[in-house]
Amino acid sequence: MDFFSTLYYRTKQVWKSTKMYLAIAGPGLVVMIADNDAGGITTYAATGAQYGYSLIWFLLLLIPIAYYVQEMTVRLGAVTKRGHAEAIFESFGAFWGWFSLLDLMIVDWLTLVTEFVGMTAALKIFGVPSWLTVAGVIGLMGIIILNGRYWTWEKIALGFCLLNLVYVPAAFMVNPSVNEIIGKGLIPNLPGGLSNDLFFLLMANIGTTIAPWMLFFQQSSVVDKGLHEKDIKMGKADTLFGAIITVFVAIFIVVVTGTLLKGVPIDDASTAARMLMQMNHLTGTLLAIGLFDAGLLGAICISLASSWAFGEIFGWAHSLNTNVKQAPWFYASYFITLITAGIVPLIPGAPLVLITLFVQVIAVTLLPAALVFLILLLNDKKTMGEYVNTPTQNWITGGIVVGIIILSTMYGVTALFPNLLK
Amino acid sequence: MKIIRQFVSKISEINERYAKPKVEMSPLIKLSLTGLRIYLLVLVLLLIYKFITVLPVGK
Repeated sequence: MDFFSTLYYRTKQVWKSTKMYLAIAGPGLVVMIADNDAGGITTYAATGAQYGYSLIWFLLLLIPIAYYVQEMTVRLGAVTKRGHAEAIFESFGAFWGWFSLLDLMIVDWLTLVTEFVGMTAALKIFGVPSWLTVAGVIGLMGIIILNGRYWTWEKIALGFCLLNLVYVPAAFMVNPSVNEIIGKGLIPNLPGGLSNDLFFLLMANIGTTIAPWMLFFQQSSVVDKGLHEKDIKMGKADTLFGAIITVFVAIFIVVVTGTLLKGVPIDDASTAARMLMQMNHLTGTLLAIGLFDAGLLGAICISLASSWAFGEIFGWAHSLNTNVKQAPWFYASYFITLITAGIVPLIPGAPLVLITLFVQVIAVTLLPAALVFLILLLNDKKTMGEYVNTPTQNWITGGIVVGIIILSTMYGVTALFPNLLK
Repeated sequence: MKIIRQFVSKISEINERYAKPKVEMSPLIKLSLTGLRIYLLVLVLLLIYKFITVLPVGK
């Protein structure tokens, strides 16, 4: 009898926790999976094609890194009830506030252009003209955001997150050798030594896992969802779950290209999808669908990150729980960002390579600043109270931030001066 | 014209509202912000150098 009552009690407890998690889940999952955007898919496809399974161990290391950085935004958002932009303005003054806001605006817009480039390239494989893709995406995103409820928007975004899992069946379809994945992928090694190409690819993987817009997005999302201090534990679990999924999706992409395209130079994911279609039509098709979905998910989140930040600073109504009449400037800034970025890939001869380079360099200028502000904000005992960073958290996050600053700076500098490390 | 004037006055209002940083400026925070300024200055100088060296090639 004792056994059955314990079992009943435990089951009830687990069910209660699951229900609580499902109610709070969203910001962490969406931001982490949206992190696998069009640029991210290209990076993972190139990693597999260039080095096979050899760098899977490195991707696994990105789980704690992504988690520890992003969970700080959960605590900050739930405690202060303010977005990241507002927190920087208020705590560090107008100079650093404007710097962060303008940098975010530029880097978000440029990243959004790269999402549209990815989406148009993906659908071009199926014969869809670029203008139709851009118009369709803007229309679809308009419908998603204009429903007037955060909850609905989040569930639709989670639906697109699910589509991100197409890489899982794709990886099984190419029949990879599990022994080889474990043998070559899980033992830390640097294939061929730390060459310039490998260094650049490792940093690209870090850069695609921790992006400045993610900090702004998740904190604003936590605030818009209305999470409180009591929800922090579940919010952190949501972030950890998201970090695990995003890295596992990345690994499945590496497995696909590492199995079929090893040794083939890959410049973008759509080229990889086309090549894969010639070898295994269904796998290539899934990669193309996944690329479109990744670009769409990235676009959904990135455009919102900017609109939320503007709303916080300019004092406009800035919630997805408001309609166009209540928050006209919030929706106007959203659509202006979206439409102007969508037009760029349609311009004949647009400098898309230069834009991609700019995204890397400008993101590098914002990332260290955003991370430094994040750590300083999380150490403000007066604001954070009992949720202030513990010494252990400071050692972990401090180490991660110093490492990211060094690597991202080197990434930015090598993007500007490609021959520097040769 | 009216919109521009409204925008400028909004910017001034924001600058005024956030003129004084709320966080206590401990030596560690001051050091971090100074480090950040130097870091950004170096990056901007590198960007300017890059553009100066790239522009003649573009011509």
